[in-house]
Order: sequence, then C-alpha cells, then structure tokens
Amino acid sequence: MLKTDIAIIGAGPAGLNAAISAAAMGAKVLLLDRDDRAGGQLIKQTHKFFGSRELHASLRGIDIASLLLARVREFDNIDFRLGATVLGYYEDGVITAEYRGNFLKIKADRYVIATGASEKILPFPNNDLPGVYGAGAVQTLTNVYGVLPGKRVIMVGSGNIGLIVSYQLLQAGVQVAGIVEAAPGIGGYLVHAAKIRRAGVPIYTSHTIKEAYGDSSVQGAVIWQLDEKWQPLNGTEKDIEADVICIAVGLTPLTELLWQAGCQMKYVPQLGGHVNLRDENLMTSVPGIYVAGDVSGVEEASAAMLEGKLAGLAAAKSLGYSIENYDELWQQAISQLDGLRSGPAGEKIRSGLKMLVR
Amino acid sequence: MPDRTIVCRCEDLTLEEIRDLIKKGYQSIEEIKRVSRCGMGPCQGRGCRQIVAQEIAGATGKNMEEIKMPKFRPPVKPIKLSILLGGEDKNA
Repeated sequence: MLKTDIAIIGAGPAGLNAAISAAAMGAKVLLLDRDDRAGGQLIKQTHKFFGSRELHASLRGIDIASLLLARVREFDNIDFRLGATVLGYYEDGVITAEYRGNFLKIKADRYVIATGASEKILPFPNNDLPGVYGAGAVQTLTNVYGVLPGKRVIMVGSGNIGLIVSYQLLQAGVQVAGIVEAAPGIGGYLVHAAKIRRAGVPIYTSHTIKEAYGDSSVQGAVIWQLDEKWQPLNGTEKDIEADVICIAVGLTPLTELLWQAGCQMKYVPQLGGHVNLRDENLMTSVPGIYVAGDVSGVEEASAAMLEGKLAGLAAAKSLGYSIENYDELWQQAISQLDGLRSGPAGEKIRSGLKMLVR
Repeated sequence: MPDRTIVCRCEDLTLEEIRDLIKKGYQSIEEIKRVSRCGMGPCQGRGCRQIVAQEIAGATGKNMEEIKMPKFRPPVKPIKLSILLGGEDKNA
C-alpha cells in the first residue's frame, strides 16, 4: 500500500496547481494522471489565454502546462506518476490505480479529485458515421499530432471551444462551412466569435443538426431552425456539404470517484451535470475529499488553476502544514476566482455554484 | 443502411431502442442499463448517461434532478484481468 499525505487525481490545470500549493506547505503529495503527458487539456490549447498576468495571460495553454510541470519537478515531496489511472474509491478510504501494467493500492490522508470533464455527445441520425468527431478529438489530432481531421467542417456548438477550434481549423487550412448553435445567441466570448465572422464563416443560431449523411463517411449534414420552444421547424432545412462534423456541445464532469466516495451530489445544468456540494475550501461532504477544476463544475482553465491552488492549500492546512502567508494566498485565489466569475459572462457559473454551497 | 441515431456507442444502442424501453416501463437508468447493457461498455456510460436521463425525463414529465443516477462501480475503466491477477504491486 502506497501511503501519502495528499493524493491528487488528475494533473491538468487544477491538479498541477493543487500539487504545487500543497507541496509548498510541506505536505507529501502523490500526483496521478492517466495520460503520459502532464497538463490535461492545456496541452492541446495552442491559443493564448487572456485575463491577468497572475493567471498566465498571453501564454498559450501548452506553455502554461510546461511552466506548471517545471514547478512540480522542483519539489522533492511530490511523487508524480504519469500513466496512472485511478480505478476506484473504496469505503476504507483506499483508492486503486492501474500504473504501467501494475495494480496499486493507495491510502492518502486527503484526496484532491481533479479528474476534469468529458465531452457530451449529441444524438442525431447517422451520428456514428466516420467523420463525426468531438471537438476534443479534433483538437488532439490537429494541435497535438498535427493531423487534419478533414477538408471541410461543420462545427456544432458556438461556446468558446466551438469558436476556438473553428478558428484553429481555419488557421490550419481547413474550411469551416458554418457553426450551428441551438441557442438564440452565440455561447462563447464575442472576441472569438468576431474572428470567425471576419473570416466569413456563418454562425447559424437557433439551428440544430437534423441528420448527417454519407455512404461510408460523412458527406454533409442537414440543419434546421428551432423555434422559441426549441422545436425544429419543417421547411427550414439547409443542406451543408462537409466531410467532418465536429461536436462541441459542452462538457460534463467526470465524477465517478465522487459518487463512489459517497459525496453528496446535485444536478446543476449550469455546471454541466451532476456535481458535488462543497464548502469554501472546496471540500466535499465527505471529510478529507476535496475537488478542483471541471470535475466540480465545467469552467475555464483559469478557474481550474485557482481552484487547484485553493484545494491544495486547504488540504495541506487541514493536516497541520502551514505557510507564512497562507491567509493572503487563500484570499488572493478567492478574489481572483470572484473576478473570473464576475460580470454577465460569469452569471451562469455563479447561479450554478450558489446551489452547491454547504 | 437505415439511418440510426446512436445513444450508447459502446453497446451500439439507438435512440429508438432506448425510447422503446422507456415505453415498456423501464423508467430508470439502472433498469435500462440492466435490460440493454446501455452504459456498460468501455466508456462506462460517459456518453449515453445524460442522454438516457433526458429521455426518461422527457417521457415521464420529471425534472432532470429527479432522475436517479445508476450505481458507479469500480473500476471506472476497463482493465486487463492480468492486472488484477498480478495483485498489488508492493514495490511501487
């Protein structure tokens, strides 16, 4: 049995920051990630972040991942294992993991669950044709492996992921035939949408995909308009030719371990699905289990980084570790989170989080 | 091939099949899972769970909050039996 003070599950923006914060206070940290690269989704984010300098503004996601990884490597008290998939949480507080073909049992005094989110799929006829991709897969292919998904793409979803991936595809020389959005307005930030529109890509709001078609792979899709009750309107069909349909209709938290641990959960659509109740330190209803990042509500990577800091600080403090400026660091992360979630863009997140305070 | 709307990619279940089951009275994710294997494949329901919940909610007039999630059992992803047979790695 592997024993540690704090086991952190997931080494994306949240988990890396949790590890750094907890280790800086002296805690013994075990950081696990199923992937063979650190950074989670950051490694496919080739665009520059905005916001403030403390939140790595003007750096690309992939460079933020390298920066955080280098920081993690500075700590002798972080045992960082890539290729380690946590498989379950058991009632005696033990977790199991697959690590490079072996079976591990781990007992930590505190856990930070930072497992992120997975993509939602969309049911429409022929959604199993080759050429139908999730936006995450398209980003992995294009930005991580340098492989284009096809020649002409229909993007479904105009949230920030749909908009950014569309722009990146344009930069890579792929045609974007249009962006289809079921809501009456564009979901993502206007700066991203404006770039897309300047490039001449149409954004079809109040539209959804009726069906995909193609003999052995995608050759196009029919879209149609939705009324104010989200019902499709006959006679509004448009046929769009494309060899790729990219689904970017949101993410849902990867909460299996939280359910297994018996954390109190609640369905909060604003945050992507079922998420856990938490206190101001991001501790769940199960003492000693903390959360950070998309697993506790789908947001931006910047919010995940701050939540990671908070959870790492709080978990280490609860074990008696300390750092001179703890209160200042804690308060700073809280205010930066408030800043990120302020304004009209943060309304959805704020209303969702209100439902989860313990 | 006829047009098919896939809900559970792992177990190859269509929207039509899920709707039929709900009509027959299988009105919880757990029941649908047991009778059809929906959500029991390699991804363990990550893609289909929410769609099935929405279908049940739509058909029964319930809110999504009222739709009970199924039991989440370890392991959360498929692993080779040899990993379990090898037992715990004591040198890790």
